Amino acid sequence: MVAALAIVLLFQLVGEVVSRALGLPLPGPVLGMIAMVVALALSPRLGALIKPTAQGLLQHLSLLFVPAGVGVVAHLPTLASHGLALALSLVGSTLLAIIVGAVTFTLVARAVGSRDDV
Amino acid sequence: MSDAALIWSYLASKPLLWLCATLFAYWAGDALFRASGRAPFANPVMIAVILLAILLEATATPYASYFEGAQFVHFMLGPATVCLAVPLQANLHAIRRAIVPIAAALLAGSFTAVASALAIAKALGAGPQLLATLAPKSATAPVAIGISEQLGGQPTLTAVLVLLTGMIGAIFVTPMLNALGLTDWRARGFATGVAAHGIGTARAFQVHDTAGVFASIGMGLNAVLTAFLAPLVLHLFQ
Repeated sequence: MVAALAIVLLFQLVGEVVSRALGLPLPGPVLGMIAMVVALALSPRLGALIKPTAQGLLQHLSLLFVPAGVGVVAHLPTLASHGLALALSLVGSTLLAIIVGAVTFTLVARAVGSRDDV
Repeated sequence: MSDAALIWSYLASKPLLWLCATLFAYWAGDALFRASGRAPFANPVMIAVILLAILLEATATPYASYFEGAQFVHFMLGPATVCLAVPLQANLHAIRRAIVPIAAALLAGSFTAVASALAIAKALGAGPQLLATLAPKSATAPVAIGISEQLGGQPTLTAVLVLLTGMIGAIFVTPMLNALGLTDWRARGFATGVAAHGIGTARAFQVHDTAGVFASIGMGLNAVLTAFLAPLVLHLFQ
């Protein structure tokens, strides 16, 4: 557990350093995640080591959104003054994105003969 | 000064109280979510946020004091993002087998999510900072918060918009795609993960296992793509 956490934090640390050093648009943790996918593919031992900790953390992923979410109290004026714009934007874009994504996947899968048999 | 006032002044100056309150509020939210049969509208994060907001208001506590305690929970978003590599890597074989439709749907879905959100908000009068706050809202929260920070948005408002996006997706996806007659579970799940991240993915797993696996792939890939795409598309609108 300590080893797993140390390794995960190290990947994040390296990600943050690389992101800042190269001025990349990717946040440090995302770079750390990409590096971790590569590392897991190369070393099954690493996977066995961090898997329990990773699953524990991801099981309670939604808890981690709460502190930032409570920040809504500081933004009530913005939400009130732009309520309609934000509501229509969120509903419209989310539904459009699901439809476009699902239709694109279906049509392209049909075109290249990729079947739903996972 | 009474004893109660002394105790309060101790609690108000230390992180323990609000760390404790955050965990209990989420516990309560999660319990209500389970009691409702995992209904999308009973989202545990939303319930916890409402409870804590009421508590902050009632005790006249500023958000900055609250965050001194809650930052320990907030900090774990970074390591959690790194940990998303585990399910992503475990599903690499499924990604390889459907790589062409995945790439096409990822680009189309991710671009639609960012561009249509910005277009609608701008048409209704949103300013540059609000657009930067809105741009990454379809990505999973830890990533969206990071992108929002880098674009000059308001990360805490982004977090709220991310949650709302996930709930909207989870509530509407099944009736909407049924009405459109789309039956490929990979397509349905993947599009949901791209547009509505973890909350959409949780919904997809309730409906169909294949949809759930592809939703988590969509969520993971879109976290990476949005980091590249959001600054580019935002540039077109600012």
